Amino acid sequence: MISLLNVSKSFGDTVVLKNVTIEFEPEKTYAIIGSSGAGKSTLLRCINLMEVPTTGSVIIDSVDLVKDRKQLNRVREKIGMVFQNFNLFAHMSALNNVTFALRKVKKMNEAEAKDVAVKYLTEVGLQHRLDNYPHQLSGGEKQRVAIARALAMKPIAMLFDEPTSALDPEMTQEVLKVIKNLNHIGMTNIIVTHEIKFAQEVADYIIFMNQAEILEVTETKTFFSAPKSERAKTFLANMI
Amino acid sequence: MNINFERVIPFIPLMLSGVLMTLQLAALAALGGSILGFAFSLLGRKGSVFRPVIKAIVDFFRGTPLLIQLTFFHLGLPQITGWVPDVMVSALIVFSLNSGAYLSEVLRAGIESIDKGQIEAAHALGVENWDITWNIVVPQALRNVLPAIMNEFITLVKETSVVSVIGVTELMRRTQMTSSVTYRYFEPYLITMILYLVLNMILSFFGKKLERALSYD
Repeated sequence: MISLLNVSKSFGDTVVLKNVTIEFEPEKTYAIIGSSGAGKSTLLRCINLMEVPTTGSVIIDSVDLVKDRKQLNRVREKIGMVFQNFNLFAHMSALNNVTFALRKVKKMNEAEAKDVAVKYLTEVGLQHRLDNYPHQLSGGEKQRVAIARALAMKPIAMLFDEPTSALDPEMTQEVLKVIKNLNHIGMTNIIVTHEIKFAQEVADYIIFMNQAEILEVTETKTFFSAPKSERAKTFLANMI
Repeated sequence: MNINFERVIPFIPLMLSGVLMTLQLAALAALGGSILGFAFSLLGRKGSVFRPVIKAIVDFFRGTPLLIQLTFFHLGLPQITGWVPDVMVSALIVFSLNSGAYLSEVLRAGIESIDKGQIEAAHALGVENWDITWNIVVPQALRNVLPAIMNEFITLVKETSVVSVIGVTELMRRTQMTSSVTYRYFEPYLITMILYLVLNMILSFFGKKLERALSYD
């Protein structure tokens, strides 16, 4: 279970998150949408403390990560993250990108780690790319390796930070298809995206943000037919 | 034309054994310099408490001539400390510090060239700082700056000739000795230049090999 309690974040004088409180239910998919600069990525990055909140608590499995920094790596192990720019380890093959944390964090031996990695790379359709280095992969393939790398850790939640923003439309579809097919038991998915149609298709809930605040957390169907906030109505109207 | 190698030939074994000493000095100084350079670059990172000290050391050894450092250390300092080190010891200490200063800057540039996103991704996976430094940052940094490191090693081989001033009998010193006995300059110095050149050609050959071994293109 993941919850944020009164989380605020400022960079100098700029407030990027204003008193955000939200609870993420297990096994649900959340899409965070809103215009640029609304604080979507910052909210996501506060969940695994890639950004440390200025005030407030981030509670994952009953541990307040902001207070108990010693637990941070133990908890991060359980939260997968996928970045806009893939962030693959450039000097490692696709296979080793996935086995690295399995060996260093999960302390698996070479053979165990390889088995797990092959399984997840196969799941994202890259069984033929095991020995390729990131620079030999297309953008879509890179992002799929990144997804496999995160999934292999058997996380309780996956955070996607605009996973398709650096991809062309064709590759975007290939990555979205992979994300759509994730049905790992017990996993929560939290996705920051500009792909409104995709959000509508995969998300159970829409988190709508505007000017550093969450304006509403609404069931997807309801959000698209009858959003609660005026700002969301204009936002959706501008989409069409 | 006044060229006569015959006078010099008997001294070639003497010069060649100087090559061994040059190699020994360069290899040990490269090792010492690498260790110090590595330590300096890690300890001198932004936010480290050691940064001002490391910066002062680096500035000093890059900002003053090696010849003077060596003379000062070997002949000047004993006036104060009373300890007269062996010439090889002086040479090794000064060369290690000097090349350590240069290498630390090269390595620092390499470390800073690593894309922050990869480090972030490793953090997100729960990887410890130590493992990130050794398995993500260092291998990529080394690969990126390998040509610059090889440059530094080649410079080091050539600069060992400076220790002739404090009397280490390496290649350069033995060339001087040959000249002073034979009154010939052209021949011994030509031979010596070729010897340094061959040493560095061999070094850069292995450098290129290493570069290829580390590349993943």
